[in-house]
Amino acid sequence: MAAPLGTGGFTEETGQEKQDTQEKDKAIPPERAEEAKLKAKYPNLGQKPGGSDFLMKRLQKGQKYFDSGDYNMAKAKMKNKQLPSAGPDKNLVTGDHIPTPQDLPQRKSSLVTSKLAG
Amino acid sequence: FLAGFGSLMQDVLWCFSQVKGTIDTGVTESDIISTVEFNHTGELLATGDKGGRVVIFQREQESKNQPHRRGEYNVYSTFQSHEPEFDYLKSLEIEEKINKIRWLPQQNAAYFLLSTNDKTVKLWKVSERDKRPEGYNLKDEDGRLRDPSMITVLRVPVLRPMDLMVEATPRRVFANAHTYHINSISVNSDYETYMSADDLRINLWNFEITNQSFNIVDIKPANMEELTEVITAAEFHPHHCNTFVYSSSKGTIRLCDMRTAALCDRHAKFFEEPEDPSNRSFFSEIISSISDVKFSHSGRYIMTRDYLTVKVWDLNMENRPIETYQVHDYLRSKLCSLYENDCIFDKFECVWNGSDSVIMTGSYNNFFRMFDRNTKRDVTLEASRENSKPRAILKPRKVCVGGKRRKDEISVDSLDFSKKILHTAWHPSENIIAVAATNNLYIFQDKVN
Repeated sequence: MAAPLGTGGFTEETGQEKQDTQEKDKAIPPERAEEAKLKAKYPNLGQKPGGSDFLMKRLQKGQKYFDSGDYNMAKAKMKNKQLPSAGPDKNLVTGDHIPTPQDLPQRKSSLVTSKLAG
Repeated sequence: FLAGFGSLMQDVLWCFSQVKGTIDTGVTESDIISTVEFNHTGELLATGDKGGRVVIFQREQESKNQPHRRGEYNVYSTFQSHEPEFDYLKSLEIEEKINKIRWLPQQNAAYFLLSTNDKTVKLWKVSERDKRPEGYNLKDEDGRLRDPSMITVLRVPVLRPMDLMVEATPRRVFANAHTYHINSISVNSDYETYMSADDLRINLWNFEITNQSFNIVDIKPANMEELTEVITAAEFHPHHCNTFVYSSSKGTIRLCDMRTAALCDRHAKFFEEPEDPSNRSFFSEIISSISDVKFSHSGRYIMTRDYLTVKVWDLNMENRPIETYQVHDYLRSKLCSLYENDCIFDKFECVWNGSDSVIMTGSYNNFFRMFDRNTKRDVTLEASRENSKPRAILKPRKVCVGGKRRKDEISVDSLDFSKKILHTAWHPSENIIAVAATNNLYIFQDKVN
């Protein structure tokens, strides 16, 4: 049994929601409250609003760094110790970690037929 | 056929028609569908996936014996369009994921489509072969060469029928023209050219020429530290071959006319909705980033999708949209966690129906939304295996925002954010829609009486 189409996705509020909003108008708008939550968790978050950092990250997508010079020098320095390996997110290179050949994910093409065609 | 014509139209009841793909507890990354597109007649439906594969479905002829069953879509062809690559010079891994597929209008027996990953656009020809030549003189039926000294008579090879074979061949490869990642391709109404857009540049191609393209938009700043916005989507006008639009990460749309200059850095029109400064937050720019822009079939309007809304703009009015539809405004109070799990960067697409009277876009929890522009009514439906009995009518879904949750409603906190519907398509003239739910493709049709 089909129910009729719902009402207002078109920027209208029902009576109950209007009441809630009027109460909220005195409080902080939800976006600002969420922003405060985020800044509380990550106090060092960039001063500029979400913008350039994300753009640069977007442009850098796919970049994989492996410098054989750094790698060999780090190996020489460490001698007997193990080189620190990448954490679970192998794509994120941070701090003193030197990427190792094992960190670079294997590239393989999917020669299996799509399951949509099954 | 039924198409949503105005408010005189009875409410459309959407029914389940088909679902493609497997029910897996864990989804293989390469099976994730990344694009869905009907061709211009709606006879063919193409999907692209993260594994670089394209699957094309064809609608079966409607049968007089089963008038209640509208033509179903069956597999027509499948091929590997793109493979993973590594650019050693730039230390750049190039994904094989198909970002977009666009069909060319059919001009002969073969079908042509463009498919693109982050770096390379390819023109594929899909053609049928139902005859093969038999009776060669110099080779036998297995293809082995015959000993010429044993041949005493000559015969003329003849074409004999064979089982239908559908072949896909790459006819053109348009490579090495994009430093950044391609987000859009669009076939021009002249059917001779098309454009490809990446984060900072848009190139114009001629289908026949693969070693050159014209750069028509370049927003790369001289100093990359000054970068403030990127191109997020682009499309040609459906009728005017000199006009195109592109959207940005700042929520603006620029309309350009290629007749005015070779390099269209100066827009002819600039569409931007003024922002209320008191509402500004850390998230404002991120959620205003436009993830998709689509011309209406009429060419009079453009529709844009940002994180929380879909907007319709009249080409003649630049200072604000004429319509704004809330897709899932309840997410506004979840922005912190959506930022932490990266969902705030999800790129949803949007589509028009054939008559431009209804628009559709996806959401989370495998929900998708439709907005009727005339009646101002909207509906939330779900793509789910639970609703997958043939011709089962889809029940409208409702998200409960606070307080009391009714029996059928789902609360915001129970939504599954890993089930996102980013890609949908609407048949060009009928009420048939294709909805990509991660690794499954759902096809819904309106109820046939």
